[in-house]
Amino acid sequence: MIGMSRQFMLSSILFVFVLLVLVPLAVNMSGRQDLFYTLTSVALLAIASGGVWLTFYIGRINIGQGAFSLLGGYVSAILMVHYGVSFWLALPIAGIACSIVSVLIGLPILRLRGVYFAMTSLVLTQVMQLLALALPITNGAKGMVSIPLPGALTLFGVTLIPDFATIGNLKQAFYFLAVVLMIACYAGLYRLTRSRLGAICVSLQQNEELSASIGINIAAMRVLAYAVSSFLGGIGGAIFVAISQSIYPSSFTVTDSVNFMLNCFLGGLGYVFGPMLGTLVLYFGWDLLYRTADYQLLIFSSILIALMLVLPNGLLSLRLKALAKGGHYG
Amino acid sequence: MAEFLSVSGVTRRFGGLVAVNNVSFNVREGEIMTVIGPNGAGKSTLFKLICSFLRTTEGEVRFRGEKISDLAPHIVARKGVVRTFQEATIFKTMTVRDNVIVAHHLRSKASLFGYFLNSALARSDNAAFRESADEILATMGLSGLADELAMSLPQGHLRALGMAIGLASNPMLLLLDEPFAGMNHEETMQAVDLVRCVRDRGVTVLLVEHDMSAVMKISERIVVLNFGEKIAQGTPAEIQSNERVIEAYLGVEDDSIGL
Repeated sequence: MIGMSRQFMLSSILFVFVLLVLVPLAVNMSGRQDLFYTLTSVALLAIASGGVWLTFYIGRINIGQGAFSLLGGYVSAILMVHYGVSFWLALPIAGIACSIVSVLIGLPILRLRGVYFAMTSLVLTQVMQLLALALPITNGAKGMVSIPLPGALTLFGVTLIPDFATIGNLKQAFYFLAVVLMIACYAGLYRLTRSRLGAICVSLQQNEELSASIGINIAAMRVLAYAVSSFLGGIGGAIFVAISQSIYPSSFTVTDSVNFMLNCFLGGLGYVFGPMLGTLVLYFGWDLLYRTADYQLLIFSSILIALMLVLPNGLLSLRLKALAKGGHYG
Repeated sequence: MAEFLSVSGVTRRFGGLVAVNNVSFNVREGEIMTVIGPNGAGKSTLFKLICSFLRTTEGEVRFRGEKISDLAPHIVARKGVVRTFQEATIFKTMTVRDNVIVAHHLRSKASLFGYFLNSALARSDNAAFRESADEILATMGLSGLADELAMSLPQGHLRALGMAIGLASNPMLLLLDEPFAGMNHEETMQAVDLVRCVRDRGVTVLLVEHDMSAVMKISERIVVLNFGEKIAQGTPAEIQSNERVIEAYLGVEDDSIGL
């Protein structure tokens, strides 16, 4: 296919096979169904982090993705609870709603650069949380509960996805949903980086004045990238809501926003698959340190700082150098 | 017929400071024209006003009859007025070739979505851009470095790459911001040849420059700024013998020391 080396294609097929066949088999054999829930969370966080990575890709430090996960979650919850909309329709609407809001917010704030944009984006999560507390439709601090499970998805009388309420292994069903969406998300991001769009994004990241001088509408490109980024945040949030069947103003906090960014840093900003690996390592790393109790955060932070010092370009810089040199326009 | 580029009564104030004051001149199609002036004369400000990286306070810039001042910079580029930058302004982490390919943006026929899906139009764009980029790199003497990362190039080549990026947009008028700054004599002479190459491709060149020897060698006409005002305009020979220019550069003539 387009611009893929044989080796890359084989490893992608292997990766998809592992995620969709081997992992479910292994989890079922181990009898630890809760692992499905953990891995589903990783997949969803990886989707939201992929969005953050895209804003890094155009040269913006985004610490506000939690705002859009929260917004996406509430939009889908409100649509399903108050308007009886099917989850399968509410999901894309939640993403699009996030995109629209991000365009409105992005138009002014994307003019800021560096630490100024970062600080402004940091405020967004807090603002969204306060809105969720204040607005009548979100039911305030009590949150929204008893949100229905995803129903059946039928197209022209053919049932594509069965009603989740009738599925015996609900955890596995959500795992498949999240993983398939994560694969689609990263396939899309990969394609973007390998196309002319990727080159345009990098041109923005490197020098916006020069980009403008060669005729690129930098304001429009920034907003477009931010809209896609927020779309992914919204999708991630909406599925979280479907799984937990509830949402509260504290479902996504500033800490989550910071973590989305850390996932990107840890995996490597230069690699499109970086945030996926970063999310996995960060999520499990945190859990593994659970036994250290009071020292959990201290040890965790120290390891992160050490990693950033030793591997400033992220974990993937260890081996993906050859892949990164492929360039655009493949 | 409308002037190719006309700068009329352009003024720019920064608070109380008048950086450019009521400057007017025209650029003719196909020529190499230079704006010179001592440090702080307002050259760079004027440059930014022409390519609309700064807004004018008064006056306007017209390109082929159409007003281009105060438009968004990418629109000005679309109309055929493209600038380069001082120093090494390139896309550092891309290869030299990719720098020039991405700069073909204005020649894109496919939509952004088309590029994402790798449509037939996108593929033909990519092939055409690559071919054109290689041709431009050859003109600029960068063929052998096409696959190097741009940040690894030495200073002289960076300037050439900057011009190559400008050329890729297919401009009618290329504005060069101090293309010879920080170069030794030999490098400057090479760069002078490159600027001539650019003009010989049918691109009109307006440069802002400091290096007098290069300017005298390359320019067909010169505009001189001092303290934000135009003090002279003419051929290199006229400028060299213009008293106001000599005053501006060397200070007021003083008979007592026999200047």
